[in-house]
Amino acid sequence: MAREFHNLQELRHNASLVTKVFVQRDYTEGTVCRFQAKFPSELDHRIERTLLEETVKTLNSYYVEAEKIGGQSYLEGCLACATAYIVFLCMETRYEKVLKKISGYIHEQNEKIYAPRGLLLTDPVERGMRVLEISVFEDRGSSSSSPSSSMSSAGSSAR
Amino acid sequence: MSAVMITRKVRKWEKLPGKNTFCCDGRVMMARQKGVFYLTLFLIVGTCSLFFAFECPYLAVHLSPSVPVFAIVLFFFVIAMLLRTSFSDPGVLPRALPEEATFIEMEIEAANGNVPAGQRAPPRIRNVQINNQIVKLKYCYTCKIFRPPRASHCSICDNCVDRFDHHCPWVGNCVGKRNYRYFYMFTLSLSLLTIYIFTFDIVHVVMRSVDKGFLNTLKETPGTVLEVLVCFFTLWSVVGLTGFHTYLISLNQTTNEDIKGSWSGKNRVQNPYSHKNCFKNCFEVLCGPTFPSVLDRRGLMQEDSSFSAASASLPPSRSNPVSQTTKTTAPLIRNEHTPDETKRSIAAPEEKSSSPREEKGSSPREEKGSSPREEKGSSPREEKSSSPREEKGSSPREEKSSSPREETPKVPPLASPEPDAEVSVTKGPAH
Repeated sequence: MAREFHNLQELRHNASLVTKVFVQRDYTEGTVCRFQAKFPSELDHRIERTLLEETVKTLNSYYVEAEKIGGQSYLEGCLACATAYIVFLCMETRYEKVLKKISGYIHEQNEKIYAPRGLLLTDPVERGMRVLEISVFEDRGSSSSSPSSSMSSAGSSAR
Repeated sequence: MSAVMITRKVRKWEKLPGKNTFCCDGRVMMARQKGVFYLTLFLIVGTCSLFFAFECPYLAVHLSPSVPVFAIVLFFFVIAMLLRTSFSDPGVLPRALPEEATFIEMEIEAANGNVPAGQRAPPRIRNVQINNQIVKLKYCYTCKIFRPPRASHCSICDNCVDRFDHHCPWVGNCVGKRNYRYFYMFTLSLSLLTIYIFTFDIVHVVMRSVDKGFLNTLKETPGTVLEVLVCFFTLWSVVGLTGFHTYLISLNQTTNEDIKGSWSGKNRVQNPYSHKNCFKNCFEVLCGPTFPSVLDRRGLMQEDSSFSAASASLPPSRSNPVSQTTKTTAPLIRNEHTPDETKRSIAAPEEKSSSPREEKGSSPREEKGSSPREEKGSSPREEKSSSPREEKGSSPREEKSSSPREETPKVPPLASPEPDAEVSVTKGPAH
């Protein structure tokens, strides 16, 4: 499988979008934010299974950390309540701090792993924490046939 | 015919679908109808002003200066909680972008297989196992997503809200995941404030009457009569509401789930979100993490508008991506239209027949909450919200007829028969 290497900027500006794959939320543990570790079949030839699973697992662990209910969240809640929640205007909540970490992680993963394979992860927070969107760009190494050409024109016009 | 392309940067809130109003350049988010919210604000500020004007000077001197000080602190806390509840994003789920909507459509069609022409498509439901209980996730035709567990679509605001509790006209906003604790703190602090003012009104009248007689007291401080009246009526409704929500929090339930009886009854699933421990439930709801808004209101986006020199301007191409997508994706969803049109005629008589049943069915159940509030609160509530939405024990019928009723673009908002939509809770006369 010969692949042409993309870099992140080139993907965003030049490469044409083929399709988008969505990793859905896993609700088996309730309403906590967690994504399914199921590997989408559309990405079979584009990326190794373990890499994506590792990314999803790390993201899930970040969300668990953000939503953990324990001493720190209790103190944060009590302090905020005592100040009539005005302190939130100045202070960043723990969840927001973790979201920033997640955004940095996704950017790093995109640069190192996904962009060279012609893929791009979108931070779930930009999709309402509903899905992990993976944009699939044309694989210049393989032949130019794209599975859904109507999707690609709709996708590229929307982009 | 020359076309002029103008690109300008707009804030994302200007192009958000849904029926919210935004203020302060997207920082403030409320429902469209704000009249009752202004009434709430007026009643609270008005009654407290009367208290500070008439009672506080006398009580500060004859009883203790801490009386007005505590009243001021409580007053500011109540206003802060009210404004936080009213102005914040309740947990709105952004609508699916075209690609996501198409992807979900394809999954649904793959799951349903080929539906013969003329036959109704099966309801769009996904079953999920949560803590060993099967929970059904419904598909929202407006937002084009499968709603996460505990989310519901508010037809007044036309948004799906996460952990939807109810749409409260008194605060002029939905109450959902992000602002439920502020709403609870608002009702709790308002109860305390009402009790406080009521008590000190009585104390003041008694103390003054001892010196000057009852009638003279009322002549000197006419505001007292008004305050006592307002506080008396507010007390029952607000204290009752606080009690009801304390009960819900201890069970980790939402008002929406309680109204629909999602977790009660013999054949129903037990609440999978409850920790089975009262304190743990309270802890989670009140001291859990503060979720940030996933609705990017203040982000910038490009808006392209093209104007042709000859005639009226064309609609901007990218200004309303969601409305365009509903037009572009609709042709793919051929199955939807046939069942909708045939079922709309069936849905109308069903709605009429269910209304008496709703009012009978829900009132005995409401008694378990605090009764004085429910007597005042439940009857206007049933009348205001349209009956199919309040279905309690009619799950098979709800599933059959849920799909067409969710797609009613022509029906005005209050009458929109979204089965999972808001419950408009009236607190009775507010403070």
